[in-house]
Order: sequence, then structure tokens, then C-alpha cells
Amino acid sequence: MPESSASGAPKAQAAPATSPTTEPKIRLRGLTKSFGSKRVLDGVDLDIAKGESIVIIGGSGTGKSVLLKHVIGLLKPDAGTVLVDGTAVERLNNREITEFRRKFGMSFQEGALFDSMTVGQNVGFPLKRLTRMGAEEIRARVDECLAMVRLDAVADKMPSQLSGGMRRRVGFARAVAHQPEILLFDEPTTGLDPITTAQINEVIVDLNDRLKTTTLTITHDMEGAFRIGDRIAMLDRGKIIAVAPPAEFRELADPGVQQFLHGRAEGPLTEEGEQR
Amino acid sequence: METPKESRWTRRLPRPLARFLENMGRFFLMLGRVFAWTPRPPYDWRELLRQMVRVGVDSIPVVLLTAMFTGMVLALETFTVLLRFNAESFVGSLVGLSMVRELSSVLSGLIVAGRVGSAMGAELGTMRVTEQIDALEVMATDPVHYLVVPRVWATVLTLPLLIILADAIGIYGGYLVSVVLLGANPVSYLAKTFQYMDVNDLLSGVIKASVFGLLLAVIGCQQGFYTTGGAEGVGRSTTSAVVSASIAILIADFFLSKLLF
Repeated sequence: MPESSASGAPKAQAAPATSPTTEPKIRLRGLTKSFGSKRVLDGVDLDIAKGESIVIIGGSGTGKSVLLKHVIGLLKPDAGTVLVDGTAVERLNNREITEFRRKFGMSFQEGALFDSMTVGQNVGFPLKRLTRMGAEEIRARVDECLAMVRLDAVADKMPSQLSGGMRRRVGFARAVAHQPEILLFDEPTTGLDPITTAQINEVIVDLNDRLKTTTLTITHDMEGAFRIGDRIAMLDRGKIIAVAPPAEFRELADPGVQQFLHGRAEGPLTEEGEQR
Repeated sequence: METPKESRWTRRLPRPLARFLENMGRFFLMLGRVFAWTPRPPYDWRELLRQMVRVGVDSIPVVLLTAMFTGMVLALETFTVLLRFNAESFVGSLVGLSMVRELSSVLSGLIVAGRVGSAMGAELGTMRVTEQIDALEVMATDPVHYLVVPRVWATVLTLPLLIILADAIGIYGGYLVSVVLLGANPVSYLAKTFQYMDVNDLLSGVIKASVFGLLLAVIGCQQGFYTTGGAEGVGRSTTSAVVSASIAILIADFFLSKLLF
């Protein structure tokens, strides 16, 4: 499915995180962002091909969410660029960015459902705002999207009546409702039990297979990353330190990657962190 | 939400001053965005009405209770003082003019700031920290247009209506105390109440109420909108919404009184 550079020898550290053959859907170049004196992103280069599912992993506070927010234009980079279909996101004005965001569906960490609306109204919200669909069409599409994330008979409930896992899935349904070209998942399984985590991962794989969208997921759940991703990229200290397809990623010699994969407390990731 | 970068000179300012300037900047920025977004479609009339009910109808009991007792206390206090000058017949005029020109609007403004301004701060603050505001932006919806514009206009439109009710109840409270408790003549009391009152007095109260409504709603929304730091941040925003709005109302009251006399 991916049209990216998912082939070849395992790549680490200096390996180009790019696909040279085809024009990527999303291209990050030298992306840099600081908050106060803390540099969160420090020159991120990454290409994501059309239809590819890429997973970005990394510890807490490594800049994963910040990276995601740059892709959709919620944050502007201090330096570098984000190109989506060749358009530099950071150069868009308010009106242009509104149009631009129609391409995207994003699911947030805790679902970010509007708690004053029912589940059905939440999922129908992007349809009401972004399309010309009538009430009946919207209702049908809402049911279809909720079925896609394996939920039924919840449309009339309030988000507060749902469990954490269900709220995330409603978030997915809302993200895919208007048939976006690009899906962004921000830590979809954080804080959930292992069984719900597995179910959520299945839903994401299922959505990817059905919708053929370009998908960018950030997580620190390794099992999920291997299940979901066509390629896995690892972010540490604001830089992509490795990128490879799942099978090759496991074999990477990079000590930082190995430390993360095996969940070791000691290693280059934590040592450098302490020095800072 | 982008936070503006600290420049070299803002870092040198004392922290409270820098924070004050930052808040002022955000207030005018929010005010500008509210005016810029107001004429743009889609117009969410249902949300405007919903907010008007929350701000206006739901505040009626507490505002009326405040006005009633204010009118009553005012009559009680002024009666004893004016009696010393044999001028107790002016209690009606004093209560009427004080309520209409000043007390209804300021007290209602403060009460609504506590009730509604804090709710706006808490609601938008929670939406910010749970990423609901980001979610709106992602779905191509400007959060100021969708959340702040209806709240601000609902408050600007309903606060004057509330204070007209408060005027009437305050005057009635004064009447009750003077006539029932202190034995004033009901006919001459009412006559005196309206003898020195003209439309401008009523209008000045209404104008004040609109301005207070604008201030408290923009400040409440602004405090919530720029919330950072989880539940603690929401608590901070809620407190600042009430404190800043109350101070703004009292300061604006002085300048409006000066302007409208």
C-alpha cells in the first residue's frame, strides 16, 4: 500500500526519512519549534507518501503532539516548512487554512468530544460545518461512521456517559465523517487497558484498510505502532532518529531505538535527557 | 493556540506588569476578533438564544433579589438620615434615581460577572484544556466565531433588559419599606420617585449595562480561551474572569458616569 521508501536496508540516525521516487502527500523539512527556551522540534525532516500509514513514536515530551499540530497548522514553525500536497501550511492565511483543513480528520488524545452535544451531534458536526448535507443524510452518515468504529446505539448518549475507549472511537468516527484525505491520530490508546488498546488498534487498521487515507499516528504504544504502521519513525529530542518499516525497525542497531523498544530505564535516551 | 514570543524588553518588565499588559492585549485582540467575526455567516441564532436564556432568564432571580434588598436598604438608610433634615419626602426620588442611574446596572453587572463571567471562563477553559477548541479549529470552525460571538452578544443584549427589571423591583423595594414599614404616604412617595427622573436617567443605566455586559463577557471568554495548565489553570481562569470583570466594571462605571452626566 505505501508508495514510500519502505524498502532497502534498515535505516537509522543519518538515514533519510524521505521517499525520493514519488511526490509525498506530506513533506516536513527542517521543522523547528521552541517554547520559551526549550527547543521542542529541532530540524525534523520526514516524507509521508499518499495512502501510507506512518506512526511516530517517542517518549513523553519529545515533541510528537507538537509535530502533529504543525501538520494541521495549529502551530506555526519557527523555521522549516510543512508541505501538504505541495502547499506550505505555515504560509496560509486564516481563510486559506480553513479550506486547507477540510483535507484533514484529526482525533485527539482524550477524544476532545464537545460535551454539550450528543455523540450523534459530535460526529455530525464536521458534516454540518464542512458539507452541504441535509439532516437525513447527516444522520445516515453518522450511523455509518459509528458502525465503522464498532459502536451502535450510542448516537443519543452524551459523551460523559461513555467509557474512555468509546469516547476515542467516537473521536475517530468524527474524524472520518467528512471523508478526509489525511487522518491524524494523537495518542489514540494512551491510558487505556490492554484489551481496549488492542480493540482501538484494530479499529485504526480497519479504517486504514477501508478508507485508504494517508494516516499519521503518534503513540508510545509499541505494539500498536507495529500493528498500525507501514513505517515507524522515532522522534527524540525534537529529531527523527530512525525511520523504517516495522519488521526492519525492530532490527535497527540504534541504541536509542533498542532502549525504547525494550523499555529500558537506562540508555542513551535517558542519559541525554538528564544531561539537559 | 500560539503564544506570542517574549521579546527582550518584555522580559525586563516586572512580572505583574507584563501579565497586566498581556491581559490587556488579549482583551483588545478578543474584542477585535468578536467585532470582525460578528457580521460573517453562518449566523447561529439558536446558540444566541440559548446563551440569552443562560445569561438573562437564569439570572433573573438573583438579580431581582439583589435589587429588591438594595432598594429596601437604601430607603431604610436614607429615611433615617433625611429625617434629620426634615427631607424624608425625598426618599422616593433618592431611591429611584440611585437605582436607575447607578445601582441596578453596577450591582447587576457584578452579580452577572460572578454568575455568567465565571461560567464562561470555566466552560471555555475546560474546552481549551480538553482540546475541544483545537478540535473546532481542525473542523474548519473559528472558535471565536462559534463560541465567543454568541456569548458576548447575548450578554450585551440581555443585561440592559435585566437592569430594567432590577430598576422596577429596586424602586418597589424602597416603596415597600417607606410606605409599609416607615409609614410614608404612598401617593406622594410615588410622585416624588418619578418627579425628578427623566428618560436620560433610564438610558444612562441601560447604556452602562450594555457596556458592562460587553466587558464581562469578553473578559470571561478571553480568560477561558487562553487557559493553560489543566484543572488548576481552569480554576485560575475562572477566578481571573470574575476579578478582572468586576474591576473593569467598577472602573468603567466611573468613566461612563462622567461621560453620561
